[in-house]
Amino acid sequence: MHPVLRTVLQRFALGVLTLFIVSIIIFASVQMLPGDFAEAVLGQAATTETVAAFRRELGLDQPPVIRYLDWIGALAQGDLGTSFSGRAASGVDRSREVADLVGPRLLNTLFLAGMTALIAVPLALFLGITAALKRDSLYDKAVSTTTLTTISFPEFFVAYILILLLGALWPVFPSLADVSPGMPLWDRVYTTALPALTLTLVIVAHMMRMTRAAIINLLASPYIEMARLKGEPPRRVILRHALPNAWAPIAAVIAFNLAYLVVGVVVVEVVFVYPGIGQLMVDAVSARDIPVVQACALIFAATYILLNLVADIIGIVTNPRLLHPK
Amino acid sequence: MTDQTEGYSAAAEVGRFRTRRTWRQRAWIELKKAPPTALFGLLVIAGYIFVALFAPWLAPYGEAEVFAQSYAPWSAEHPFGTDQIGRDILTRLIYGARNTIGIAFVTTLLAFVIGVSLGLVAAINRAWLDQVISRGVDVLMAIPSLIFALMLLSIFGSSALSLILIIAVLDSTRVFRLTRSVAVGVVVMDYVEAAQLRGEGLGWVMRREILPNILPPLVAEFGLRFCFVFLTIAALSFLGVGIQPPTADWGTMVRETANLIQFARFDLKAGLTPLLPAAAIALLTVAVNFVVDWFLQKTSGLRDEH
Amino acid sequence: MNTERSEVTGATPASGAPLLDIRGLRIEGFADERWNPIIKGVDLTLHRGEVLGLIGESGAGKSTLGLAAMGFARAGVRFAGGSVRFDGMDLLTMPEWKRRRLWGTRMTYVAQSAAASFNPAHRLIDQTVAAAVREGLKSEAEAIADAKALYAQLQLPDPEHIGARYPHQVSGGQLQRVMTAMAMSARPDLIVFDEPTTALDVTTQVEVLMSMRKIVEEFDTAAIYITHDLAVVAQMADRIKVLRYGEEVEEAETREMLAHPKQDYTKSLWSVRSLRKAADPSEDVVLRAEGIDAAYGNRLKVLHDVSIDLPRGRTVALVGESGSGKSTMAKVVTGLLPPSKGEITFDGAPLPPKLKDRSKEQLRRIQMIYQMADTAMNPRQTVGEIIGRPLTFYHGLKGAALERRTVELLEQIELDAGFYDRLPGELSGGQKQRICIARALAADPDVILCDEVTSALDQIVQEGILKLLMRLQRERGIAYLFIAHDIATVEAIADEIVVMYQGRVVEQGLKDQILAPPHPDYTELLLSSVPEMDPDWLTALMERRRAEAGGPRP
Repeated sequence: MHPVLRTVLQRFALGVLTLFIVSIIIFASVQMLPGDFAEAVLGQAATTETVAAFRRELGLDQPPVIRYLDWIGALAQGDLGTSFSGRAASGVDRSREVADLVGPRLLNTLFLAGMTALIAVPLALFLGITAALKRDSLYDKAVSTTTLTTISFPEFFVAYILILLLGALWPVFPSLADVSPGMPLWDRVYTTALPALTLTLVIVAHMMRMTRAAIINLLASPYIEMARLKGEPPRRVILRHALPNAWAPIAAVIAFNLAYLVVGVVVVEVVFVYPGIGQLMVDAVSARDIPVVQACALIFAATYILLNLVADIIGIVTNPRLLHPK
Repeated sequence: MTDQTEGYSAAAEVGRFRTRRTWRQRAWIELKKAPPTALFGLLVIAGYIFVALFAPWLAPYGEAEVFAQSYAPWSAEHPFGTDQIGRDILTRLIYGARNTIGIAFVTTLLAFVIGVSLGLVAAINRAWLDQVISRGVDVLMAIPSLIFALMLLSIFGSSALSLILIIAVLDSTRVFRLTRSVAVGVVVMDYVEAAQLRGEGLGWVMRREILPNILPPLVAEFGLRFCFVFLTIAALSFLGVGIQPPTADWGTMVRETANLIQFARFDLKAGLTPLLPAAAIALLTVAVNFVVDWFLQKTSGLRDEH
Repeated sequence: MNTERSEVTGATPASGAPLLDIRGLRIEGFADERWNPIIKGVDLTLHRGEVLGLIGESGAGKSTLGLAAMGFARAGVRFAGGSVRFDGMDLLTMPEWKRRRLWGTRMTYVAQSAAASFNPAHRLIDQTVAAAVREGLKSEAEAIADAKALYAQLQLPDPEHIGARYPHQVSGGQLQRVMTAMAMSARPDLIVFDEPTTALDVTTQVEVLMSMRKIVEEFDTAAIYITHDLAVVAQMADRIKVLRYGEEVEEAETREMLAHPKQDYTKSLWSVRSLRKAADPSEDVVLRAEGIDAAYGNRLKVLHDVSIDLPRGRTVALVGESGSGKSTMAKVVTGLLPPSKGEITFDGAPLPPKLKDRSKEQLRRIQMIYQMADTAMNPRQTVGEIIGRPLTFYHGLKGAALERRTVELLEQIELDAGFYDRLPGELSGGQKQRICIARALAADPDVILCDEVTSALDQIVQEGILKLLMRLQRERGIAYLFIAHDIATVEAIADEIVVMYQGRVVEQGLKDQILAPPHPDYTELLLSSVPEMDPDWLTALMERRRAEAGGPRP
């Protein structure tokens, strides 16, 4: 087998294994719930029968391995379980399927993250690469100091500054990003502008600094000096000598920051009351709605693992040592 | 060879001159050469520490003292007004320094104790123990830490203790990685081998040969980790699952006063109120980052961007 | 356009005017927030077809000067004065884009680390011909055909196809030759060789040197050859310029310089070569290794049935190239790598194979000195702590007695008490190695393992360290197991020599016996590959090897 294919498959298998272990951890953490959980959810007034029925439904009478297999099996078929909320002591069950709760909100979150990435990635790469090429210039120092300041800001600080300026004082954009299904695309973009802008500011700072460091590291290679000593003009030094070796570090930077974006989404969604999966998760945590928390955590973790996997694979397929084995 | 002997005595003179300075004098000299950003950072950090230590003497009112008027405007009596149940914002800000910074500091410290000791053990062992710890850390790091923290908090409930423990454990993974990678670089050094050949015990090797040499990156990491922990706790509190009322805390304060921002057009000061605790968080992290940046440039000249 | 074309192709006819003329060149480097001088007013003249050797210790400014000859300054380095004229053109006042057209075409560069200097993303042949094709000196097909011919001339294996490979697919010695072909591709007027063989093994080095010299002679190219190795420069250069602290010490024709160096500094550079101890046989063995086999983990065995006798108060040199197993042997003796077979006896009693089974007394009596003094001392401990630790640990010295003994040891290694409070970072390379010797001495050992103790040092410092080791041996009767790859060092210090190759002992015996012919094949190759100070040495060797290979090549 070609070494590239073999290494990619190895990484892929490792990713699947990691996801598997993560699913076990997420599942197992529910087992650590203190006290009698069924009673806590249903309230003090619950009858013994309803509590027993609820426990049976949760499978608390089964051994953990069976429960895990049931859970993961249902998960594979898209069944994320049933939400705890909406249950009452009386045994009336108005709870909803987790999948129905998560589905539309996941789409909203992906829309927000996608919109942010679309602006942030090109902008950050441009700033990072130009700052690295003009290293130690006034431009570099200005960009570096600004971004060092911005990465220190909590997301909600950036968000409220934007709300204050663009939402309250000069109301250009709505400060509540209240999207609804069936909204025309342009309205959706307009409504989502402030959360997207907030995330962009935060992500660009991180990504720009990492891009700059990666490019500076690359430009310090002896083969770049050799290219210059062969009389290669600056454009060719960059395009022909640096760029082919830059894909792996740049891919790593992008993937790392998209993974960061996935997490940053949580706080920003709460600030703007954006109906995404992040807000859903926070609400579920406050309500201790475990099935929803589990589903959200699994989705976040899977995205995170996937992004890192993609970065690794780009690193592998652009590595000349693996592409052209001895 | 003659000029070499000359070189010795001249250089030795310099050497003697150098060691006569105490560390305090050396620190003062470094400080005078520090860039303005670092000086600004140090000054700000000192200010925060002062406020945190002397909060009860500095604050005009009690931490949980409630006044009649909620959402009172800025006035001489309440310089930054009052919050939704009528507590003085300035007082809450001052006590917030103590609580928010204190909890973040304890958490970071705990993360370091766990991470550094495991990292050193793994670096020296380099066998099955290293494998077990490293793979475990890999798995923990495969879940974004804010998400993991949210999940664990939903299970264990939001108390200051569970907050500290959960975040310390999650963050110790990064400390472990750094310690291990730096220590592995030191463990292979000939001077460590020389100590082993001399017959020194494990404790001596760890304490005298390895630890002093991995200290600078660890100190820098402590600063960065502190910022990260501080921001995570602020974010969790902001989300309502972190530090719980009535304890004054900046993240929670932002959340509680957030609605005021909508009144900015009518009363700019009221609109600024939720930004005050947020700015307090931001200013401290900026300050720490500036100092760490300077420290890293002093000790290695390079900054790891992760 | 016409004038530029002629600048690039070098159409100017050869004349009496020098090809390269550097006057009063001053270069500064940025460190500690200010500009510090690196080159302090150097003149240099080079005529067509001439090879100038630049020699000096590390930090003398050789590489900076070599690059400056091309009008190139690294990041953080600037030209502060003087002029560099190449073929009548002033490189320093010329706009950068014009200078760039000369680089890679009329003046080219061969770097020290070929592995790092080739772009990992491109094929060797594309990198070889890039500059010539870019400037339109040749069509791509012509350039490729020519490159293959150059590969053949440089004796690269499979010259037709080796260019299709990527840098990581060929060995270091081969890469260095490909880089020479790359430098030659546009038939430059000037090549700057910057320590091109320093990273290579001695037997590989001599082959690369041969092919480099052949090709430079064949195309009558002018060259600047930078090295710290006198014997190498003697083979390559017509003239030698000695640099120190960014200034010229002296310059002369190679033969003149070797025969009659004028300056004290130059003489001292030569002197290590003349240091030689008379071999002194002894039967009183203090350390004996018998039939040692050793392996790292479960991988291939690195040592096969190695036996060595170390007589009391004598020096046994362990010689071989990298990978010969000589450092592994040191690990076995120290107990860091227990042998899979065989036994070590120390002073008549068997020595436990594992480090942790040895007694403190046994550990005390066998000490070790490392190649890199930098990494052998904890940078956070002062000299006093470093030397004092074994005194406390083995001899229980404390307080004033400890301090007194430490200062005595400092005096024995020819340093004064002023060093007591200094950190390793404040010492020069030679001083650091002396401190390491003092630390070994502090244990009062019978045997010291010396692992390449001089090879990381500048030549001038090496002599001092070797003399010190010899004096200590005379005074205290210490036996050295001296690991080295450099024959000159071994000649200076050894009583007996053990030659190792691929984990086996090839030959072992008294120094004079080993160094005198006839030799087994490997010893012969190893010894004949070590450059000698005689400028005709390489020529003679080339002829001899050619004759052995079955007559001259076509």
